[in-house]
Amino acid sequence: MSENPVLPNGWQLVVGLEVHVELATKTKLFSASVNRFGDEPNTNIDPITLGLPGALPVLNKHAVELAMRIGLALNCKIRPCAFHRKNYFYPDLPKAYQITQYDHPLNVDGFLMLPGEVRIGIERAHLEEDTGKSVHFGGSSGRIHGSDYSLLDYNRAGVPLVEIVSRPDIRTSEQARQYVAELRAILLAVGASDAKMEEGSMRCDVNVSVHRFGTPFGTRCEIKNVNSIRSVGRAIDYEARRQVELIEGGGVVRQETRHWDDASGRTETLRTKEDADDYRYFLEPDLVPLVPEQSWIDQVRLALPPLPAARREMLAELCGVDKNGESAIVVVERGQDDYVREVIANGGDPRRSVVYVQQAFAELGPKPRVPAKDLAALTILERDAKVTSTQAKTLLTELIEAGGGDVAAMAAKRGFEALDTGALEAMVDAAIAAEPGAWKKYCDGEEKALGALVGAVMKASKGKADGKAVTALLQAKASA
Amino acid sequence: MKKLVEIVAGVGGGSLTATSVVEEHLDRIRTRDGEIHAFNLVTADQARKDAAKIDADIKAGKKAGPLAGVPIALKDNMCTRGVETTCSSKILQGWKPPYDATVVGKLREAGAVIVGKTNLDEFAMGSSTENSAFGPTKNPLDVSRVPGGSSGGSAAAVSAGFAAASLGSDTGGSIRQPAALCGVVGVKPTYGTVSRYGLVAFASSLDQIGPFTQDVRDAATLLEVIAGHDPLDSTSIPQPAISLVPVLDHGVKGMRVGRVTDLPEGCEPDVLERLEAAFDALRNAGATIVDVELPSLQYCLTAYYLIAPAEASSNLARYDGVRYGNRVDAPDLNAMYAATRESGFGEEVKRRIMLGTYALSAGYFEAYYGKALKVRRLIYDDFARAYTKVDAILTPTSPSVAFKFGSKTDNPLAMYLCDVFTIPTNLAGHPAMSVPFGLGADSMPVGIQVLATTLGEQSMFKVAAELERAS
Amino acid sequence: MIKVSRLARLSLGPEQAEKMTAQLAGMLEHFRDIDALDLAGVEPMTQPYPIKNVLREDVEVESLNREEVLGQAPAAESGRFRVPPIIGFDV
Repeated sequence: MSENPVLPNGWQLVVGLEVHVELATKTKLFSASVNRFGDEPNTNIDPITLGLPGALPVLNKHAVELAMRIGLALNCKIRPCAFHRKNYFYPDLPKAYQITQYDHPLNVDGFLMLPGEVRIGIERAHLEEDTGKSVHFGGSSGRIHGSDYSLLDYNRAGVPLVEIVSRPDIRTSEQARQYVAELRAILLAVGASDAKMEEGSMRCDVNVSVHRFGTPFGTRCEIKNVNSIRSVGRAIDYEARRQVELIEGGGVVRQETRHWDDASGRTETLRTKEDADDYRYFLEPDLVPLVPEQSWIDQVRLALPPLPAARREMLAELCGVDKNGESAIVVVERGQDDYVREVIANGGDPRRSVVYVQQAFAELGPKPRVPAKDLAALTILERDAKVTSTQAKTLLTELIEAGGGDVAAMAAKRGFEALDTGALEAMVDAAIAAEPGAWKKYCDGEEKALGALVGAVMKASKGKADGKAVTALLQAKASA
Repeated sequence: MKKLVEIVAGVGGGSLTATSVVEEHLDRIRTRDGEIHAFNLVTADQARKDAAKIDADIKAGKKAGPLAGVPIALKDNMCTRGVETTCSSKILQGWKPPYDATVVGKLREAGAVIVGKTNLDEFAMGSSTENSAFGPTKNPLDVSRVPGGSSGGSAAAVSAGFAAASLGSDTGGSIRQPAALCGVVGVKPTYGTVSRYGLVAFASSLDQIGPFTQDVRDAATLLEVIAGHDPLDSTSIPQPAISLVPVLDHGVKGMRVGRVTDLPEGCEPDVLERLEAAFDALRNAGATIVDVELPSLQYCLTAYYLIAPAEASSNLARYDGVRYGNRVDAPDLNAMYAATRESGFGEEVKRRIMLGTYALSAGYFEAYYGKALKVRRLIYDDFARAYTKVDAILTPTSPSVAFKFGSKTDNPLAMYLCDVFTIPTNLAGHPAMSVPFGLGADSMPVGIQVLATTLGEQSMFKVAAELERAS
Repeated sequence: MIKVSRLARLSLGPEQAEKMTAQLAGMLEHFRDIDALDLAGVEPMTQPYPIKNVLREDVEVESLNREEVLGQAPAAESGRFRVPPIIGFDV
């Protein structure tokens, strides 16, 4: 384990994450009203959602399946489980209890592998229902403190959540970021959630503690309101420094819940453990145990699509890139790896195919509207030095805007002429002859001298030469 | 007073109209409910419309439903769409649910005519209806006495002829005890037989809906209609309603009926006398009486008064003045919660919420609630052993006949003892019913309770029918 | 008793609190009868009828009518339920 670069020598950071994800079901966990973000307030409500007297919950089968997919993707064991009531009063909680899984969760004892083979234990991944949303009015800031009143919308109440609890195996903020990113990629891959942190369908609570190497773990603080992958890293770094400074200044870390303020980049006390509520958990008598049969588990397992790590590996092998590198990660995360495969199947240059998609297809989703054969043709134009890499970028932009087309014709229309290898070599020889001083310096190992030589070729070719190809030719000649 | 089956036959066969039957019952309500106060709400206009519709349908040749034209009263803790449902609590006064309970839909579909919502102990917590926020119901047989509870209004409505039948809910005896005290038949079916969807919860693992009727055949007929699997209630037993009417004439020859040797003490002598008479009657009809031991019976009251309030404390937390029901305004949310619940709930409800909250709270959970659940298992196991030897068990329904108003209101524990014979059934999830079997002290009716094992309704009804024939 | 009434969000007057404390103490005393039982190894009974895996398909039904529902609420505004300011909360 590497030491956290932001902490002084001798200190170690310990992080565990609790991630809530809203499941991509049509309806709620225990009722048949719609699970959808962004609708008019209180238009997805029913007797169960509102906790009306007499209403009873019935478990959504698809929510269980999605939770099982998450569990299986995280290498968990799926267990017989039950639901409990967690009792507390708050206006966004219509029944004054949340139905959740307490001592018998559905998924237990798994792990998630970070790129670089770092294994993060998963303690549990359990099902529970989401709360409604309150908006605060009056006062100054629209925040709860100092408001005059609040308004409640129960559309989100009862939406199925899976809470994924990691073991405290994370040692750097970078690992925490990777964990959240990888978890998000997995959730998207298995279709369990749209995992949009900005819409709250994926929410992170971060447990942070610090201790000196060789001593027991320190007291942890739970940080809430961490709403982006970037904030996860920032909040951990801030909190770790705060705790170390506190201890080094003779203070003691109190177990408490802290609020991350993204604007100020600080955490502040939300509540201390002393006034924790007594939730009076007991088995939900309106529900029956959930005991997934092995046949059902097997069925879900068999239907599980390839996971991001495997997909990255396959893509990397196919394209000759690093499996933990930017293009493999990004393309798989966007679900565009099938598309890249299609481009290659259409004759595309493997490496260029994945890099083009990584660099230019951010907005195009898993099924880009650019025909695979057109992108394949473009990679070949560049590979064969029919166009320069700069020209290829221009053509790529045009191809995306047009939604496809004949790239050779596009190149011709723009006057991106073919510059054959013989002509290029002649130009290179001419440049060597014209710049003997620079050539000598380059041959003696002075890389800077290359610029003048390439510049001369570019000038002679009126910009049609490919800088990379020119460099390669010069290198070949120098080492010959 | 017409029996339910007579009405169904008459209305279906054309010798009666639903309208005339409903008017006859509305007349009795008008004449006497001012005194009895069985109803929180009489839905006369809607009942007349529904009756007219049934008459028109039958005239048009449509098949009459199994409850065609039967005036039925509903305990006011069953949700009726657009019709006030109060649980006899100030906190829900005025609330009109936006949906119907499953049983309400079944009744309507079967051609029943709902005549009103009956009074109860607030949120079904009590044994006398004295805990209603809207004043007690009086026993139609002696208005100085309680009708029992918590479904006192439903029992009184049938006893007084305000409705041919009614529905109540039974968590610890709330159907059977008032049935006994009012001299009618009351049935608590096996837990999971009748859907709880739309029944305002008191204690979810104990609550069951069941019928009040004038006789056993009516009860069987009504139960066949309201029972059956409901996908909206996860605890609903996934099988069709048990057929009951055909077994009523089977008799009890060859049946084994249990006599509990360790019956809790405190029964009135007249009541015990009637119990002996009941055993005699069954013996004469060919049944064998077998002694059974239920050693854990004495712990039922404790288990029940920990489990039921614990569940209730959670079920009643939703009455917070935010989404429905009544609110007492206050400057901040917490103050609003406290003021609303302080003013909205009556004393008994608060007492049970406090007791239940305590039993579930950190540090006490294992000593009270956790232990109570284990005792519940012992009781279940006791019954399981007993039912290897017998087909049904007889006990009194209530230790006493109907008592005078105010006689137990100062001592909650004394009131709780009213349920000593009925509670074990709820803990075990078994069926039980009360059948009138003669008179006790002050010529008030005595109810005999017939108990059976899970889904043992057929045995139970056979014995009940035999007792009815003998009484 | 104060902690319990706070958990249950019931504000009891001093007189009522005193009466209730006495009554509850009496009941809890009575309930000690089960302490005599040997409950070691006894499985808690939480379900009267053993059913498992009750599941429904992920099929939507129409929402309740918002205006009908808000019409039953003590206070509503702009399509939402209105509550007094949320202060002093430890949630």
